[in-house]
Amino acid sequence: MEGIFTLAPLLVFLPVLGLLINIAFGGRMSEKVIGWLASAAAGATFVVSALLAYALWAANGEAVTVPFADWITIGTLHIPWTFRVDTLSVTMMLVVSGVGTLIHIYAIGYMHEDVRFKGDPKRFRRFFVFMNLFIAMMMILVSGDSYLMLFVGWEGVGLCSFLLIGFWYDMDTLGRPSWANSNAAKKAFITNRIGDFGFLLAGMTMFWAFGSVQFGEVFGRAEEIAAAQPGIIIAITLFMLIGVTGKSAQIPLYVWLPDAMAGPTPVSALIHAATMVTAGVYLIARSWPLYTLVPDAQYIVALVGAVTALFAATIAVGQYDIKKVLAYSTISQLGFMVAAVGMGAFVAGMFHLVTHAFFKALLFLSAGSVILGLERGHHHLAHHKGHEEHEEVFDPGDMRNMGGLRKRMPVTFWLYIIGTLALAGIFPFAGFWSKDEILLDAAKLHPEVFALLLTAAFFTAFYMGRQIWMVFFGEPRHAAAAHAEESPKIITVPLMVLAGLSLLGGALNLPGVHTFGHWLEHTIEMVEHEAHLPAWLAISWGGLNPLVALASTVLALLAIYFSWLIYGRKPLITGQIDPLKKALGPIFTGMEHKWYVDEFYWAVFVDRYVDIARFLADVVDWRFWHDWFHEKVIAGTYNWLSHIALNRYADQKGIDAFFNGLGELTKRAAASLRRLQNGFVRSYALAVLLGVVLIVGYLVIR
Amino acid sequence: MIPLNHYLLLSAILFTMGALGVLIRRNALIIFMSIELMLNSANLAFVAFARSFEQTSGQPVFNGQLFVFFVIAVAAAEVAIGLALIVAIFRVKRNVDVDQMSSLKG
Amino acid sequence: MDFTLIFFYVLAATAVATALGLLLSRNAVYAALFLVLNLATVAVFYLLLGAPFVAMAQITVYAGAIMVLFLFVIMLLGAEKLPQGEVLPWQRPLAIGAAALLLVEAGYLLLQRVRLTAALPDPGTWENSMDALRQMASLLFTGYLLPFEVTSVLLLVAMVGAIVLTKREKGEPA
Repeated sequence: MEGIFTLAPLLVFLPVLGLLINIAFGGRMSEKVIGWLASAAAGATFVVSALLAYALWAANGEAVTVPFADWITIGTLHIPWTFRVDTLSVTMMLVVSGVGTLIHIYAIGYMHEDVRFKGDPKRFRRFFVFMNLFIAMMMILVSGDSYLMLFVGWEGVGLCSFLLIGFWYDMDTLGRPSWANSNAAKKAFITNRIGDFGFLLAGMTMFWAFGSVQFGEVFGRAEEIAAAQPGIIIAITLFMLIGVTGKSAQIPLYVWLPDAMAGPTPVSALIHAATMVTAGVYLIARSWPLYTLVPDAQYIVALVGAVTALFAATIAVGQYDIKKVLAYSTISQLGFMVAAVGMGAFVAGMFHLVTHAFFKALLFLSAGSVILGLERGHHHLAHHKGHEEHEEVFDPGDMRNMGGLRKRMPVTFWLYIIGTLALAGIFPFAGFWSKDEILLDAAKLHPEVFALLLTAAFFTAFYMGRQIWMVFFGEPRHAAAAHAEESPKIITVPLMVLAGLSLLGGALNLPGVHTFGHWLEHTIEMVEHEAHLPAWLAISWGGLNPLVALASTVLALLAIYFSWLIYGRKPLITGQIDPLKKALGPIFTGMEHKWYVDEFYWAVFVDRYVDIARFLADVVDWRFWHDWFHEKVIAGTYNWLSHIALNRYADQKGIDAFFNGLGELTKRAAASLRRLQNGFVRSYALAVLLGVVLIVGYLVIR
Repeated sequence: MIPLNHYLLLSAILFTMGALGVLIRRNALIIFMSIELMLNSANLAFVAFARSFEQTSGQPVFNGQLFVFFVIAVAAAEVAIGLALIVAIFRVKRNVDVDQMSSLKG
Repeated sequence: MDFTLIFFYVLAATAVATALGLLLSRNAVYAALFLVLNLATVAVFYLLLGAPFVAMAQITVYAGAIMVLFLFVIMLLGAEKLPQGEVLPWQRPLAIGAAALLLVEAGYLLLQRVRLTAALPDPGTWENSMDALRQMASLLFTGYLLPFEVTSVLLLVAMVGAIVLTKREKGEPA
């Protein structure tokens, strides 16, 4: 049985193999082969994860580390690449690879149509290369045995996010040539980078305090370090929180996720719903030994999550783009998860992570199906009506263009309903069980968090209801919607699988049985809070509190009813302004404009940064450094040196003058000496006599 | 009993005057004659020394005298050639002023 | 009062005077004649020094042949006239100065440093005898044979040279 654990490196290398084959031979393969190859790689990863899970279950959940390679060995610093197979990481592996495989299969069909709608079929291969790369990076993240390996995967998925958001890098979402998509990708990367900086600070502080970043060593010594320097643990956990707000899109670094919807829908589903964004939650869950030592930091985490949940939910109410609603919904649900793990309810948080992966992926993919349906209708119209129709700018994702789609796309409709009900937390769908657990824990531990989350749950149900009425009911508000076509099986079948999981996913952690909870407890020690609970909270049907459950269900149903009142009873017609706008006025405008957070960031941070950059570039670099220092000081001095000092003075006046003078001297000497040869014999004779006189004189004197 | 240095002094005086003649006079023939005067004074010195050696060694010493003999012979030859040269130059230049013969000037 | 010494001084004065005359005469013929006198005086000196043969040779060859040759050429060339003015103005003073200096140095050397004060004897009878002549002749033809022969060749060469140098080409004016 131990042998199975040695398969762990395959988690990373099977997707790498897939992407390498696609890079090398993809040019010669058909789209089907490329897509199915990538999906097979993801599927094989899922098989390995399942095997590891089985082996772990057989070993009673004892964590296993599989050393793979030595990475850094400098002096006392030793960081190997080790795979950690424990219940927590295996959970993540299964979710990522399982949902990932389904999305790969979906993407075969989706991208086949999308590259044709956007007009560049040659990019099909790139997509699957990047998707496999993402799976590989995510696997590194969840299987790492040290914070550094985790960070490698963390950065890697950030890169893949950038590559995939900016997949249509030269267009905007409607296919027009633009910087919009690449800007969205840049925004995602840079915002994540800020979070990564926090993570790095945490890592460095950890290394400084513990001397290691390996999970085993850090968690083993956590209590002792906390006793000696409690501030360090708080610092580490809060720095990590910064990283989490970046990767898992919490306040204040969530702004990239709505823009990330510029990427193709499978990307939104995989990365920005099911897997990458959950990395932050995983990080906190993994670091439970550190967090449980600092309740103050935990409270901050929980608050951040709860506030984000409510904040994002309010924004979702005012969005018109089908994917943007889901994006803010994701931020909101991540807030739930972060709040949960912040409060110490690690099982609840991870459970919600799993169920959220199911129904959010389902929702995104179904939204993709809807968008494709509208695109098909639009093209159908364009072909029939000639090319004048193409002049109009048509946004297939705008819900105001939709309506009545339940008749045109029934399969998608029912799948969407299942996803919505799961998200809203209606019994017996999966979301009910996981969200309810979080609410219960919040109620027990922090009533204010409970209030925030409950309100967020209300809004969740409301905006999802709004979405359903606007998209699927009423009459089509655009000709494209009237001609929308249902998606092929390759798209709808993975959705059905996800729908099944959304329906039955609750079974993972049913009250009383708590399969998932027991599974996770092998890795995470759960502490039961027996603090004085009011009577109504103390009721427990195997862990489920009926009052809280009832309250949340009633609220959800109320919210759906309200949404029906506003959007369902009198369905919107073409061009009609959203009824809530009239009702709420400026509040709705705020929701619609995302509470102007992006504008605020731009004005305060980005524009100031650009100003500083421009100042440094123009003034410091060009005017000071280049124009003045280099030109005047260095070049000027050098030129002065060479032209004036050396050329004029040293060379011309000095050396030339000297040598010219030498020649001049010789000439003059010669000219004057020449006159001795006057041709007169007498003077020669005189010279001889003078010589004689001198010599004799010398002899005399001597 | 004339001391030797008297003769030598006389020889020096004559020599100097001959040199002066060479330097000062412009007539080539006069210059030539001055040269003969110089040779003559040298001869005088030779003979004086010959006599002085004879005095010190006791034996008659004729070397000095023979030398004078040769000098006279050579002087004769030299005069012949020199005068021939002067005649040849005279034919071209129509005078014997040495200052006129200064074409080899630098 | 040594008669010889006085005689010497008188002769010395004569020699210097004639040399001076040679230096200063404008007329070349006068200069030549002065030189002849000088040579004669020096011949007397030779006699004083007990070298009769050399004295005779001097008079015969030097004064008799060479000076006659000189006079011939002087007459031939008619070289009394001296053309234009002095071209080397500094020649005369400098020459006189140098010569004077030389004289001073020679005088100093001879009188102060190298004191050759040994008196030379007056010539006796032996110097004028045939024995002396015979001795000198045998020395000439034994010890100084080579110079003797070379000198005769020299004289031959001089003859040839003189003829060549003065030979008139055909048609050349005199």
